[in-house]
Amino acid sequence: MTHGTPSAPPARPSASSQRLIATLGGFGALAGLLIVSVFVATSPRIRANKAAALAAAVQEVLAAPDRYDTLYVTGTTLSPTLPAGADADTAEAVYLGWRGGAPAGYAILAAGPGFQDTIRLLFGYDPASSQLLGMRVLDSKETPGLGDKIFKDAGFVEQFARVRAPLVPVRDGQGDGLPNELVMITGATISSRAVVQAINTTLERIGPIIAAHVPREPQP
Amino acid sequence: MSPRQPAPPSTEFTKGLWRENPVLVQLLGLCPALAVTNSVANSLVMSAAVLFVLVGSSLLVSTIKRIVPSDVRISSYILIIATFVTMADMILEAYVPVVHKELGAFVALIVVNCIILGRQEAFASRNPVGRSLLDALGMSAGFAMTMLLMGTVREVLGSGTFLGVSVFGPRYEPWVVMILPPGGFLTLGVLLLLFSWYTRRGDARARAASSGGADVEEAA
Repeated sequence: MTHGTPSAPPARPSASSQRLIATLGGFGALAGLLIVSVFVATSPRIRANKAAALAAAVQEVLAAPDRYDTLYVTGTTLSPTLPAGADADTAEAVYLGWRGGAPAGYAILAAGPGFQDTIRLLFGYDPASSQLLGMRVLDSKETPGLGDKIFKDAGFVEQFARVRAPLVPVRDGQGDGLPNELVMITGATISSRAVVQAINTTLERIGPIIAAHVPREPQP
Repeated sequence: MSPRQPAPPSTEFTKGLWRENPVLVQLLGLCPALAVTNSVANSLVMSAAVLFVLVGSSLLVSTIKRIVPSDVRISSYILIIATFVTMADMILEAYVPVVHKELGAFVALIVVNCIILGRQEAFASRNPVGRSLLDALGMSAGFAMTMLLMGTVREVLGSGTFLGVSVFGPRYEPWVVMILPPGGFLTLGVLLLLFSWYTRRGDARARAASSGGADVEEAA
């Protein structure tokens, strides 16, 4: 096996410590400059992509509202203003949709351990009826062909538009027909249970905060 | 003994395609070849990222080879490679966010891909810029060729699609194992077997032709 033209490497005399430090320092500075330049050039687009992906997910789980507001979770209340010292990218938020001047439900982020890695998802929720309005998986590394059915199996995903909270996972053909039953995917039980668990856990914590919130449409 | 003639520039490019193919002959870069070839799109984007990093690193390393002290050459190469990988990672996240998410950590892992460091140490640090560029382009093309071959076989058999377009129609039951890790090993094994068989057959024919020629000369 060869790896290229077999010629002897150029002989180089042993360098002084200062030269070694200067070489690595120089390359470090050049590397920093290049990386920061590309970061500055690409970060607006990366942020825009993430915002667009979130907006598309909110549209999907709230069945195409006219618009939506971002509400930040501050203690036990929801506030349209970012808490002092918090970062807009990392602060916990829910999204309140509006349709024809009336609230169209809340889109809530949830995360939980799946079969491979953490599953991140967004689901729509109507606190008045405790009904879910839709669900979309945002991040998942579940097994291709098996666990990834949590977002590829239309029959499974569609159930989230009509089921009530708290969700009760049932096997196919074994439910009692209750409104909060959700049929698991055969062959992807762990992944589909993980989705149910993530939604139930999030609603246990954030459900009372949303129930106490009085939606007020901001004046145009 | 006459001095060794340098190989013509064109062979610096073509050797990476077949005679010194990085995956099939040198058995380097097997981690991405096994991990991300579960779809053609992933294979294409990973190949483009490797092309960017390999060409960029080879150009820079062959340019600065005389000013880098031998004691810190590997550290300098890794710094250069890591810079190009970080840039590639940010550019992919900005322009192909969906594929970037699917590739996960494997873009960042190009830093430790032996093809890249191997070409810097074995070729770019000993050859002029032009030859290093041709070598990097050839190796990238050879890598891309293998990745695309594996991606095509695995996606067509494992998902029944090519670049997301159905190949066999809705009645095809996907051979799911092909897009799972065992499918990667299976495809690579078969590919190596076929490559080895084809190469050996060619060698045997060449030997037979030369010995046949010698027999004829003896008989005369």
